[in-house]
Amino acid sequence: MVLNRMQYDTKGFYDELVDENGTPRPHGKQLLDYLNGLSFDEISSARSAAELAIKQMGITFTVYGEGSSIDRAWPFDIIPRIIPKKEWLQVEDGLIQRTEALNHFIHDLYHDQKIIKDGIFPRELLEKSVNFRKQCVGITPKNNIWAHICGSDLVRNDDGTIYVLEDNLRVPSGVSYMLENRSVIKRVFPEVFENIDILPVNDYPSQLFDMLAAMSPRPQDKPEVVVLTPGIFNSAYFEHCYLAQEMGCELVEGRDLVVNDDDCVYMKTINGLTRVDVIYRRIDDMFMDPEVFHKDSQLGVPGIMRAWRAGNVALVNAPGAGVADDKVVYTYVPEMIKYYLGEEMKLPNVETYRCYEPSQLDYVIKNIDKLVVKPANESGGYGLLIGPKSTKKQQQETIAQVKADPRNWIAQPTLSLSTVPTLIDDKIEGRHVDLRPFILSSGTSTYVTTGGLTRVAMVKGSLVVNSSQGGGSKDTWIVEEEA
Amino acid sequence: MLSRVAETLYWTARYVERAENLARLINVNNLLMMDLPRGVSPGWAPLIDIIGHRESFTQYYSDYSEKNVLKYLTVDSRNPSSIVNALKLARDNTRTVREVVPRPVWETINNLYQTAKEKPNDFLSKRDRFASLTHVIEGIQLFFGALESTLNHDAGYVFIRSGSLLERADMTSRIIDVRSAVLGSLTNDSPYENLQWMSVLRSLSAYQMYRQQMGVKVTPQDVLEFMLHNPYFPRSVLFCLNQMRSLLITIPNSPTMLERIDHSITELNKVQSSDLQGAALHKYIDELQIDLADIHNQFAEQYFLV
Repeated sequence: MVLNRMQYDTKGFYDELVDENGTPRPHGKQLLDYLNGLSFDEISSARSAAELAIKQMGITFTVYGEGSSIDRAWPFDIIPRIIPKKEWLQVEDGLIQRTEALNHFIHDLYHDQKIIKDGIFPRELLEKSVNFRKQCVGITPKNNIWAHICGSDLVRNDDGTIYVLEDNLRVPSGVSYMLENRSVIKRVFPEVFENIDILPVNDYPSQLFDMLAAMSPRPQDKPEVVVLTPGIFNSAYFEHCYLAQEMGCELVEGRDLVVNDDDCVYMKTINGLTRVDVIYRRIDDMFMDPEVFHKDSQLGVPGIMRAWRAGNVALVNAPGAGVADDKVVYTYVPEMIKYYLGEEMKLPNVETYRCYEPSQLDYVIKNIDKLVVKPANESGGYGLLIGPKSTKKQQQETIAQVKADPRNWIAQPTLSLSTVPTLIDDKIEGRHVDLRPFILSSGTSTYVTTGGLTRVAMVKGSLVVNSSQGGGSKDTWIVEEEA
Repeated sequence: MLSRVAETLYWTARYVERAENLARLINVNNLLMMDLPRGVSPGWAPLIDIIGHRESFTQYYSDYSEKNVLKYLTVDSRNPSSIVNALKLARDNTRTVREVVPRPVWETINNLYQTAKEKPNDFLSKRDRFASLTHVIEGIQLFFGALESTLNHDAGYVFIRSGSLLERADMTSRIIDVRSAVLGSLTNDSPYENLQWMSVLRSLSAYQMYRQQMGVKVTPQDVLEFMLHNPYFPRSVLFCLNQMRSLLITIPNSPTMLERIDHSITELNKVQSSDLQGAALHKYIDELQIDLADIHNQFAEQYFLV
């Protein structure tokens, strides 16, 4: 009787597994019944088993500036987060619609800029965009797809609605942890899988490979697909390895590649040079090609942009796709969907204030203690201010930053993120979660992961789920609800 | 196969092989020490000589006590070839090529390193030493076993096996060199000489195979013959070179590489074990070591990332 004994209290938040009266939701009942049937010792040993599995399997992530120990064991909570399949299908629909519109938008910005000419998207926003790459203007990637891989962050507010919080279109990470979380939970709670129909997640690597292969500029039976990593010191190195391994393709570093006079990309092998068709690059735009971007980048490949422009290699995601990975651009997604697809948005945005609009800036400054204020182009939870949890001094500092560069700031109401029961020391308590599904687009088909990576803020009351800031994760189950 | 990956696999195998050889060397010496009376015992210094670290060792330690040598060889982070360091390098290397290595192989080396790192004192304590070194040896055999049975036997496999064979030949030649020098200086018919030559064989896991091949009596000349020239024993220098040859023949652009190896094999076959005594042995081992270094350089020049 784990939950009852510990008197699980949802504390007025929307809980994913338990309703406001403490009764299990229909989709959570079987799991909670199972957990309640375990003694606390059994739960504890399940936790130890998970920790051991994670260590043995070498599931790690990197935190910068930790001296010699560069990789740390992945923080994981053994109680899964469950979403009923019926609800998930709606979310999936919304995500597909959204990435489709975003790809139209990016392509438009690098070509005719119709959305600007038609007065929907302000030109000055584009002019001050950090991630717009003028080097990409006029380029047409295969099937007009720029953001092949998108990781959108979803949250559920206390009204029970799932909202999109942001779209990550540069080099979103986390999908390997989604896959590994499932393999850990299979080791830890094998019995559960007998009685609950949990949809599998392990289709992702082959879906990813198919999408990448479909981007090949050469019509070939087996295109040469590689994963380009900045190297072992990158925080997502584990994932780069993992995906290359699962797809059975080479994991390359910049120094393994060379662009020849024929504007084709080759990798240096023991047989000499081998032509590369598709590069799943996990390096930021600015470091990709010292000929075009940061001149002193050691990570990139000189000439790779030349090869891409010549249509001799596919880069995934396309350089410049990050222009839509901007929290101000995010506020225009509803308009984009209407403009490009002629549809209403299926998955809502969180209400967002654009600081570059004077009236909204005014509101933000007056209500800063109630809002979450974020820089438009940061990731990993860096630079944001959570109004209700901040000091006056911090608020003043943020206001000064916002005033100095209003274009690059937005604010949102502080959401009451939903909670999931989480094992904390020897108690089970609610902790706030979000969800990052991944969407693959090839232009001919779109694939959404079954669920995604659930991140959990392990610190009591905290809303910050980023692993770089002490967040953990949970396995995410999409289940058929019992009739 | 990427040049960088080939290089990493090769080095990983060398580190892993090194850790295994070292663990066995220590274990055998440990057992020998218990058999020999004080005064006869060569002590622990030869182990430092075998890995060629006299200079570095004396920088940090004032004497060759069991405690100092053990620490230096197993857990000392200042010794790049200590067991824990070799495992760490092997593990970190494997981590950079996880995408080409079968999962169980990565998990084995990761585990082995984590355990060794977490319990450094087990190597030092007299009681736990044997078990923890044996654990290292077994873990490494699991590592190579898993590679043998789960990795495609293509170029990557060739680089792993070559790294391991080259390291092994190197270690065998070093052990012969140092041990012969010490044992050769003993007065004839020292009652413990036999015991010590047996332990030389044991430190190469060669004792049982030697007996099967060469008969019951352990003579210095036969030991030498067995360790250098036996075509069937997997740690003899000739065996390692022959194996490397038959592996490398399968990968592209190997003629120059094969010429190098053929040269070493010819030289090795030219020498008679009976002629290798005292200074002559030492001189030949020096030449052999240069040959092995040349083979390594040929790898680097031809296949590795420049």
